[in-house]
Amino acid sequence: MSNAWRNFRGTLWTEEINLRDFIQNNYTQYDGDESFLVGPTDATNTLWGELQKLQKEERAKGGVLDMETEVVSGLTAYGPGYINEKTKDLERVVGLQTDKPLKRAFMPYGGIKMAEQACTTYGYQPSEEIHKIFHKYVKTHNDGVFDAYTPEMKHVRHNHILTGLPDTYGRGRIVGDYRRVALYGIDRLIEEKQKDLATMGEREMIDEVIRLREEIAMQIKALKGLKEMAAQYGFDISKPATNAREAVQWLYFGYLGAVKTQNGAAMSVGRVSTFLDIYITRDLNEGTLTEDDAQELIDHLVMKFRMVKFARIPSYNELFSGDPVWATLEVAGIGQDGRHMVTKNDFRFLHTLENMGPSPEPNLTVLYSSRLPKAFKRYAAYISVKTSSIQYENDDVMRPVWGDDYSICCCVSATQTGKEMQFFGARANLAKCLTYAISGGVDSKTREQVGPAYRPIEGDVVTYDEFMPRFMDMMEWLAAVYVKTLNLIHYMHDKYFYEAEEMALIDTDVRRTFATGIAGFSHVVDSISAIKYAKVNIIRDETGFPLEFKTEGDFPRYGNDDDRADSIAVWLLKTFIGMVKKHHTYRNSEPTTSILTITSNVVYGKYTSNMPDGRKAGAPLSPGANPSYGAEKNGLLASLNSLAKLPYKYALDGISNTQTISPSALGHDDDQRAETLVSVMDGYFDKGAHHLNVNVFGVDKLKDAMEHPEKPEYANFTIRVSGYAVKFIDLTREQQLDVIARQAHERL
Amino acid sequence: MKDSKTLGLTSPQGGGASLYVHSTESFGSVDGPGIRFIIFLKGCHMRCRYCHNPDTWRMAGAEEKATTVTELLDQAERYRAYWGDKGGITVSGGEALLQIDGLIALFEEAHRRGINTCLDTAAQPFTRREPFYGKFLRLMQSTDTVLLDLKHIDSEAHRQLTGHGNENILDCARCLSDIGVPVWIRHVLVPGITDDEDQLHRLRVFIDTLNNVERVEVLPYHTLGVYKWEELGIPYTLKDVPTPSKEQVARAEEILCGK
Repeated sequence: MSNAWRNFRGTLWTEEINLRDFIQNNYTQYDGDESFLVGPTDATNTLWGELQKLQKEERAKGGVLDMETEVVSGLTAYGPGYINEKTKDLERVVGLQTDKPLKRAFMPYGGIKMAEQACTTYGYQPSEEIHKIFHKYVKTHNDGVFDAYTPEMKHVRHNHILTGLPDTYGRGRIVGDYRRVALYGIDRLIEEKQKDLATMGEREMIDEVIRLREEIAMQIKALKGLKEMAAQYGFDISKPATNAREAVQWLYFGYLGAVKTQNGAAMSVGRVSTFLDIYITRDLNEGTLTEDDAQELIDHLVMKFRMVKFARIPSYNELFSGDPVWATLEVAGIGQDGRHMVTKNDFRFLHTLENMGPSPEPNLTVLYSSRLPKAFKRYAAYISVKTSSIQYENDDVMRPVWGDDYSICCCVSATQTGKEMQFFGARANLAKCLTYAISGGVDSKTREQVGPAYRPIEGDVVTYDEFMPRFMDMMEWLAAVYVKTLNLIHYMHDKYFYEAEEMALIDTDVRRTFATGIAGFSHVVDSISAIKYAKVNIIRDETGFPLEFKTEGDFPRYGNDDDRADSIAVWLLKTFIGMVKKHHTYRNSEPTTSILTITSNVVYGKYTSNMPDGRKAGAPLSPGANPSYGAEKNGLLASLNSLAKLPYKYALDGISNTQTISPSALGHDDDQRAETLVSVMDGYFDKGAHHLNVNVFGVDKLKDAMEHPEKPEYANFTIRVSGYAVKFIDLTREQQLDVIARQAHERL
Repeated sequence: MKDSKTLGLTSPQGGGASLYVHSTESFGSVDGPGIRFIIFLKGCHMRCRYCHNPDTWRMAGAEEKATTVTELLDQAERYRAYWGDKGGITVSGGEALLQIDGLIALFEEAHRRGINTCLDTAAQPFTRREPFYGKFLRLMQSTDTVLLDLKHIDSEAHRQLTGHGNENILDCARCLSDIGVPVWIRHVLVPGITDDEDQLHRLRVFIDTLNNVERVEVLPYHTLGVYKWEELGIPYTLKDVPTPSKEQVARAEEILCGK
């Protein structure tokens, strides 16, 4: 056995690439509390201080500190870079995306126009040479997509019934198994891929095989590039890591390679905490590492995740506000054998929010189960109360589907680490679809015939019997055009912007999921409820267009634990995914859907007209699977009960729920608040709910932060929004107002 | 203690009995132990100048529909998963004791279902006269915790503030101490009205005579309910009163809760 693997147990993982087997054989459970944790070292304080200065400068410069205009990003496009040359010896984990901290790389392969626009927006001008090469000689993903789009696809896109499609930027959502770099070293990984390449296509040489052969060859090149990249920093990663520091560094190099080559909407880190704990525990036992060293390693690793940046265009920022990268990183969970997987390292990762203050990235995710150790649940809840920076996802509903070594590949959706990849598919605006069902496919804004010219509702009242068949037809049409569009996008992405580095760290025999998504969920549910239980009068404009609705009478609303409304919600979800599943999906991927909007609920809302539930034209849609604004009348738990009724099996891509709870509603002091939060989550997740973003603050704080973003206490004030965390002061004012408008659970 | 039969009470009304409910809240975490389902009942005789729920004052009219005990508990039990081993239901108001018959039925049925019960009261209806007293003793047999509001230790000041003296309220506290029902004492701190240090010391002396107090809580006065007064068209007389500072709250806590 190699020295790097000394004292590790198990054999299967030594014979094949199998991280799960390695982890299950070697991790050490921790049932204790947080008392072992240590504060930041001097080195951490110094580096974090430097970084804080840079972040302040970045904000002062309008959100971007520096941009590349000469060099196209790649694994070895730059030599080594450090937070600060003077303090580089303090960095326990090294590696930057470019040559300078927070400098944004030039990444044209998703689309040259967008890459250039991102520069010019912030006052930078890409070099003539780059311009010429990419306009004249190189085709990008975006070019490919627009070459192939049908008129209908352009039409639905232009009318915002399909929005946020990854046709102008990297699709992301692929999690390389970065742990492989540490456990096996690059040479072994190359060897395995070469074996795959050697045998691929022995029987038949068809399109699919040829493409795969080319992809594996690209993966091998990427692995070699990764080795070279590490060598520039003075590390030889061809062999396995021999200790914790190397394991952290090797793993980070794997991730760094991904963010140097892809600017995906989500660039997740994955489930690395328990894995790294195995190395740390071995070093602690061997006496070569102290707890201070261990925390420092994790702090520095997290610091690097906090620094990941991409150059984005304004329309992208409108959708995904606040510069998110979804460096999602998971802790906790339960193994298939019933043992919880909480290690000391899970505490260390959460503790970074104390050592270096709150932060949106990495997107720390607790894989929750009521069976996790009490002390861990309490500590996580306590950190939520203090920082509002954590999200929770129900391990008990995900484990049966994805096993016990899945990662979260964007905001909330699971993917088996190293075994799966996902085709990210943004979302369809079902709220708009509902208005099309009434208008006969005519868009209220553009007055164009966007959907098929199905029969509109012609009377003065929207009756349930008239409405439902029309809505079903319109949804069938939307699902079809949606899937077709995504098929085309992913074909081009594979062709022009293939994720070679990430896919090199995933099994060749990869399982693919095909993610779709729903926007405007609660408004559709409430509108159908209004049509069913109340009287929805149509107010037509002078052209006869059904522009407004006057709803008479009461109707049940989603978010009150009222089965009449909640059953409509379940029906809607089940029906939509059923319609998606009817269609062929690219590369035989498995279709899934999500109820998740990110901050795009504001933009989608802007393009969506009046609805029967009372939502006004242009008002933000409710985010994710959250009930509509003001609909919740029976408090937090009633709302959670409604959410918990949505079966996860119909939305395997995730059901996002963001709740803001006033500290005074949770308890008199932080200990009581943490305890209350644990009870809330135990109940919620035991009922089978999927996800919860927890914010703990009052509306007063939000208002003050909006008016006084310059106050030092708000520099890192982090809040959870649908699917990720964000610094509140980095949101657009419109989005800040939206966050404030959402009623916090605050009882008198 | 006399049992219900010798008190001449009606037989337990069970799940068919009913209460006039103002509203419910699925998530209460500061009104009794753990997470609680809160039932706000209609009607209160006190007219506390700082009341944040003046919309619950009005007694239910004969024409109004009452909610049965079964309906209420079925609704509450939808949240059982969140209660853990401490939580349950809390009945608040209004003044819950004004509907003591329904309350007895509710708490007894709750106990039959294994639900922890908590009564949030200002005890204004309390008297040792029958038939109330016997009913009260019976209610206490199925009450796990009482949250008792002591608004002012001085009876005249209490009358100024609420429209009623406090003799029977303090007597209720003594009664609860005698029968050993766990009590959380709560005191709303209103600057200039209920924060006089001498009065707080007197209140502390009184609390120290009780042997069933699990907790003493100082609740800072807030203005979040003022809009309800405006909606109801009732003049709000504390308009110029500020909410207490952290220091004022800490001082009151030191006096009332300190060792």
